[in-house]
Amino acid sequence: MTEPAIAVRDLTRRFGGFTAVDSISFDVAPGEVFGFLGANGAGKTTAIRMLIGLLAPTSGEARVAGFDVVKQTEQIRHQIGYMSQRFSLYEDLTVLENIALYGGIYGLGAEQIAERSSAMLQSLGLADDLVGRLPLGRKQKLAFSVALLHEPAVVFLDEPTGGVDPITRRQFWELIYAAAEGGTTVFVTTHYMDEAEYCDRISIMVDGRIVTLGTPQELKSKWDVPTIDALFVKLARPA
Amino acid sequence: MSNAAVAVRGVGKRFGETEALTDVSFEARHGELFGLVGPDGAGKTTLFRVLTTFLLPDAGSATVLGLDVVRDLWAIRARVGYMPGRFSLYGDLTVAENLSFFASVFGTTIEEGYDLIAPIYRQIESFSGRRADALSGGMKQKLALSCALVHRPDILFLDEPTTGVDAVSRSEFWDQLHTLRESGLTIVVSTPYMDEAMRCDRVALMQGGRILEIDPPGEIGSRYPLPLVAVTGADRYRLLLSLRKAPHAHAVYPFGSELHYTDNRAGLDPGEVASELRDYARGQGFGDVEITAIAAGIEDSFMELMPAPVQRAS
Ligand SMILES: Nc1ncnc2c1ncn2[C@@H]1O[C@H](COP(=O)(O)OP(=O)(O)OP(=O)(O)O)[C@@H](O)[C@H]1O
Ligand SMILES: [Mg+2]
Repeated sequence: MTEPAIAVRDLTRRFGGFTAVDSISFDVAPGEVFGFLGANGAGKTTAIRMLIGLLAPTSGEARVAGFDVVKQTEQIRHQIGYMSQRFSLYEDLTVLENIALYGGIYGLGAEQIAERSSAMLQSLGLADDLVGRLPLGRKQKLAFSVALLHEPAVVFLDEPTGGVDPITRRQFWELIYAAAEGGTTVFVTTHYMDEAEYCDRISIMVDGRIVTLGTPQELKSKWDVPTIDALFVKLARPA
Repeated sequence: MSNAAVAVRGVGKRFGETEALTDVSFEARHGELFGLVGPDGAGKTTLFRVLTTFLLPDAGSATVLGLDVVRDLWAIRARVGYMPGRFSLYGDLTVAENLSFFASVFGTTIEEGYDLIAPIYRQIESFSGRRADALSGGMKQKLALSCALVHRPDILFLDEPTTGVDAVSRSEFWDQLHTLRESGLTIVVSTPYMDEAMRCDRVALMQGGRILEIDPPGEIGSRYPLPLVAVTGADRYRLLLSLRKAPHAHAVYPFGSELHYTDNRAGLDPGEVASELRDYARGQGFGDVEITAIAAGIEDSFMELMPAPVQRAS
């Protein structure tokens, strides 16, 4: 059996007396597109911040790409890509400057950076403009490509399509599919419920806990609902 | 003199080389819930900034509640609730402090505006002592919305107010917009969510600084120019790529658990398209596909109107 790309056991995070992430456990297989759903404040971003080694868990453990998120943060950084909920590129740098900057952070050499930047500009159809001038959808596609620059095993996308128009977010999902076809594990949050249907498996978080997890098809039949949207309404805000 | 709540005539705005708005004209009636949809860069935010007097138009004229956006700027600002796409909260103030601050700027209090903001504010009220920068993304958005509403404006301009807001809260938020509209408030709102566009009285589709059409949202799909079918089957991504190569494919997009396939032969019976496509899919090794003719919705129309070179089958 291959090792999971993400393995989480009883992961918990408290802020003072408030429990933001409450003992969550799950595995994500390599190459899987995993949708991490939940209402506002459910704890998604907090969980992601622990999985990428930015925030220490209060208790529990997690391994990403085989490395411990607490003890091996350095190795994790080289194995993962991350797009934050807030836009993650530098708006006052150009496209190429951003790529060079992140390439350096991810430990790529000058030659690799040059090679991958020109390929990236071409595939995204971008010129070397200031990033701040790009429309949101293009920025998000660029941020995604930059997050994949060092060919990480796992990529974490926190609401990558928030505020993005219907065409552009579909194009974004094609980038996700293409990355997953290439073997990258994709861990993604979204508030667009049609996008939940595009994931191999999804989980729904409520008040820090994962209340259900499975393929979209499994969950729809298990909870007897026609769409994931209906499931979300049923579970996300317990009456 | 027009008695429309918002009247825009031939407005143009240019930033250097970019024409952000070109000859934009429309009217929103008093008490209307008027939607703006269009891709990023369509000009929606520029239009909001003109209507809220933060930007001067280069051409044309506009009135809000009968007041001119150039001459009557202060009068407009006092009566308008505006939530810009990028709203700044004070991260080091608590939730309650942020809200009181906005209320006091307009000479009011949280208590006076409470019934207006309650449906949204109640969802974050138990965290009222928490600093705004410790809120989740969607919680910040809810606080920002409460701030835009707390002074009981006569007209609301909301630039993508529900970005980052979860699906349940979005639908509650729209219930609230409907309640506000019933009380006579005029609302102009932009959104990237087509389910939200469906809840507007009328929708203007914008692209490249122009308004392409204005219609009740239910009618926008009815003018879809080409035959459309919905396809379901296993291995959806490969199925999508394969359908794009079908001889008469115009566009193929994922739609939740389905794919929507548009044929490039106008006037052809969709039933015929479905049966042809079934044979094609079978020939490509997709034996189990289900294909049914469907009526286009607003999201199909939106995508048809917008240029998407990457998506077109060659
Ligand atoms: N540093 C902090 N101090 C106190 N509370 C915090 C802190 N960071 C997060 N929280 C709280 O933890 C909860 C979970 O927040 P989180 O950002 O993980 O939610 P989310 O699921 O990502 O929501 P959204 O969909 O709105 O982005 C929220 O109540 C938030 O206010
Ligand atoms: Mg979040």
